[in-house]
Amino acid sequence: MSTAIAQKRSFAAVLWDYLTTVDHKKIGKLYLYGGGFFFLLGGLEALFIRIQLIKPENDFISAGLYNEMITMHGTTMIFFAAMPLLLGLMNAIMPLQIGARDVAFPFVNALGFWLFLFGGIMLNVSWITGAPDAGWTAYTPLSTSSPGHGVDYYVLGLQISGAGTLMGGINFLVTIVNMRAPGMTYMRMPLFSWTTFVISVLILFAFPALTVGLFLLMFDRMFGSAFFDVALGGNSIIWQHLFWIFGHPEVYILILPAFGIFSEIFATFAKKRLFGYTAMVFATILIAFLGFMVWAHHMFTVGMGPVTNSIFAIATMAIAVPTGIKIFNWLLTLWGGNITINSAMLWSLAFIPSFTIGGMTGVMVATSVADYQYHDSYFVVAHFHYVIVGGVVFGILAALHYWWPIMFRRILNEKLGKLAFWTFFIGFHLTFFIQHFLGLMGMPRRYWVFLEHQGLDMGNFISTIGAFFMTFGVLVFLYNAIYSWLKEEPAPQDPWDGRTLEWAVAQPVPHYNFKQLPLVRGLDALWIEKMEGNGKMTPAEPVGDIHMPNGSILPFIMSLGFFIAGFGFIYQTDTDFAYILLFGGMAIALICMLIRSLKDDHGYHITKEELEKEAD
Amino acid sequence: MSHDHSLNPETMPHNPEKATLEGKNKFLGLWFFLGGETVLFASLFGTYLALKNSTADGPTSEELFGLELVFLMTMLLLTSSLTSVYAMYHMKNNDFKKMQLWLGITGLLGIAFLGCEIYEFYHYIHEYGFTFRSSAFGSAFYTLVGFHGGHVLFGLCWLSAIMIRNAKRGLNLYNAPKFNTFSLYWHFIDVVWVFIFTVVYLMGKVG
Repeated sequence: MSTAIAQKRSFAAVLWDYLTTVDHKKIGKLYLYGGGFFFLLGGLEALFIRIQLIKPENDFISAGLYNEMITMHGTTMIFFAAMPLLLGLMNAIMPLQIGARDVAFPFVNALGFWLFLFGGIMLNVSWITGAPDAGWTAYTPLSTSSPGHGVDYYVLGLQISGAGTLMGGINFLVTIVNMRAPGMTYMRMPLFSWTTFVISVLILFAFPALTVGLFLLMFDRMFGSAFFDVALGGNSIIWQHLFWIFGHPEVYILILPAFGIFSEIFATFAKKRLFGYTAMVFATILIAFLGFMVWAHHMFTVGMGPVTNSIFAIATMAIAVPTGIKIFNWLLTLWGGNITINSAMLWSLAFIPSFTIGGMTGVMVATSVADYQYHDSYFVVAHFHYVIVGGVVFGILAALHYWWPIMFRRILNEKLGKLAFWTFFIGFHLTFFIQHFLGLMGMPRRYWVFLEHQGLDMGNFISTIGAFFMTFGVLVFLYNAIYSWLKEEPAPQDPWDGRTLEWAVAQPVPHYNFKQLPLVRGLDALWIEKMEGNGKMTPAEPVGDIHMPNGSILPFIMSLGFFIAGFGFIYQTDTDFAYILLFGGMAIALICMLIRSLKDDHGYHITKEELEKEAD
Repeated sequence: MSHDHSLNPETMPHNPEKATLEGKNKFLGLWFFLGGETVLFASLFGTYLALKNSTADGPTSEELFGLELVFLMTMLLLTSSLTSVYAMYHMKNNDFKKMQLWLGITGLLGIAFLGCEIYEFYHYIHEYGFTFRSSAFGSAFYTLVGFHGGHVLFGLCWLSAIMIRNAKRGLNLYNAPKFNTFSLYWHFIDVVWVFIFTVVYLMGKVG
């Protein structure tokens, strides 16, 4: 319905609808558009890096610009591509999976999105005056002494978007605790909803450490404090600790939802219930718990001493155990299944060996003694691209193919899907497998050029060719999205013969999701009804009035206020004029908060009569 | 749509702040938020502990801190937590006037606390030249204690906003969760202060 109406309305009306929406399905789409845009930017930056390294002593881009490229590529991909794409999928699917009509705080949900978007724009505005160049980890004192405003944009951009992510995490937690459908106990929740729940806990406890780290960096750079200034007693290692106390849970925030996605896809396309569901849930929780205990393995060469290094090394290796449990459970889900191979399944199947390679090199770099050899070399670059691309990006692409019919009412074209998969998959291994060997041969990461005749020429050349294959794959996927929208017929309600609640929702999804909340009778709720011959969910309540939240423009204006204030913070070191931006922007944001607090917003009701009329 | 959820003794639910789904969500959401705030302050405490002896030849914590003023501040804030409990007690008994009275006292105690803190900072800067920029210890001290003070200030603004907004219309199921979440937040600020009193001031004086 939403798309049918959207086509009839003017562009301005659609724009206003999306600026003011608090509907989790539309916010999910906004996250996908925003994250997709930044993914393309980050990919372009990666391509520049690989072109620079295609041959020895290349001068495609300058050394300074190269530093900006590597910094922006990392920052963009982690914070503004992978995170929002996953948050978008969670927004679009999780409430449907647990049988909720919306998230717990629809207003805050919209605010989280706009903060992310303005944070991302803030970071990228820095290209005009000079982008951050201290690496995505912004280690002090490199970041505190970086001239210009690049690192300032990094700090403010991440601070603004980080606040949005934190709100998103709290929102999902409350939604899952308070708003599951009748009968949807915790141990009947689909794995994707479980991983959403667990990573929301990780967001809640990890992001505040980054917030503090960014504040300290901001105070040192803009207000003359001395946290990292050794001359005044400061200590630059504090930044590394705070950054990685956040940063390591962050990688699990990225990978666990992908694990959830694969669990859904394997079960659906093997036509079997997920093998070892309970073990999967507890492995997820265990990974999340251990994920907080291992941050210092990023700092083995800092000089923390052998005891500290050993403890963190052992804790890190322990994570391989629950991860291994998951790998075997997926394999056993496939075992003996009635398997369908399509694009979603190809991405999922390709994930298993790719991610296992990344996991194995993970145990290698976790060996603290050996890590002195691997540290800051291309071996580490290869390792984390194997887990992030082979895990998270494959997961996002699998999920897009799988849930595209619910989000966009189309089934993506299979031929184009397979072409995109094979080119990207081959390109990915071509790019990164060889980098293990480049690293072992001594090529350090983040170097602008390398010398010829050191055995690095061929490896780097192959790696760059792979990057072009990946680019081609992404472009085919984009073409597929547009092609299927224009040429394909609207998708049926349940094209994959699904098992979980999101496939029981009418298509197009009504804005209230469920006319009557469904009664959940076990794991794979829809599949149970199918097996018992009902084919659809039994309602848990009579048709009645549905309470809905009102849309609001305030989240947009509030985020805009923080965005303006960000420029004020950055430029108050140069000119007093910037204080107008600083105080003006903060005033806009705070006044919006005050309005939100003072103005009653009871929402509205869709009456029983309207619902019955719609059904006819 | 009728949304007159005014409470009268006959229809009043047992816990007005948690009687609606929105109220339950706010209650749980604020608890989760406080979980995140705990990590925020833990990070600041960790930073402070790492830097508290980095005085760069400036004044040390033993020279600076005076426990008399800090004891007074602790008493003011602890008492304000108690008065907010009284306010919530009257909310559950649907006695709006008494709730407003105790919330007002809570706010005044908060303002007194904040006044003491401003005086304390002023004193350090003018008597000792101990500033945010003078040493890593100074930066860590003002950031940790200042973040707490900022939370108190935000709480006071929040409290005044909901007190003034609802002054004329009394309690209902829509605003009861708002008062309740404020009270939870206020307790949290109080707990953080107990840690600041111990870790910063007591350990700074005798550690």
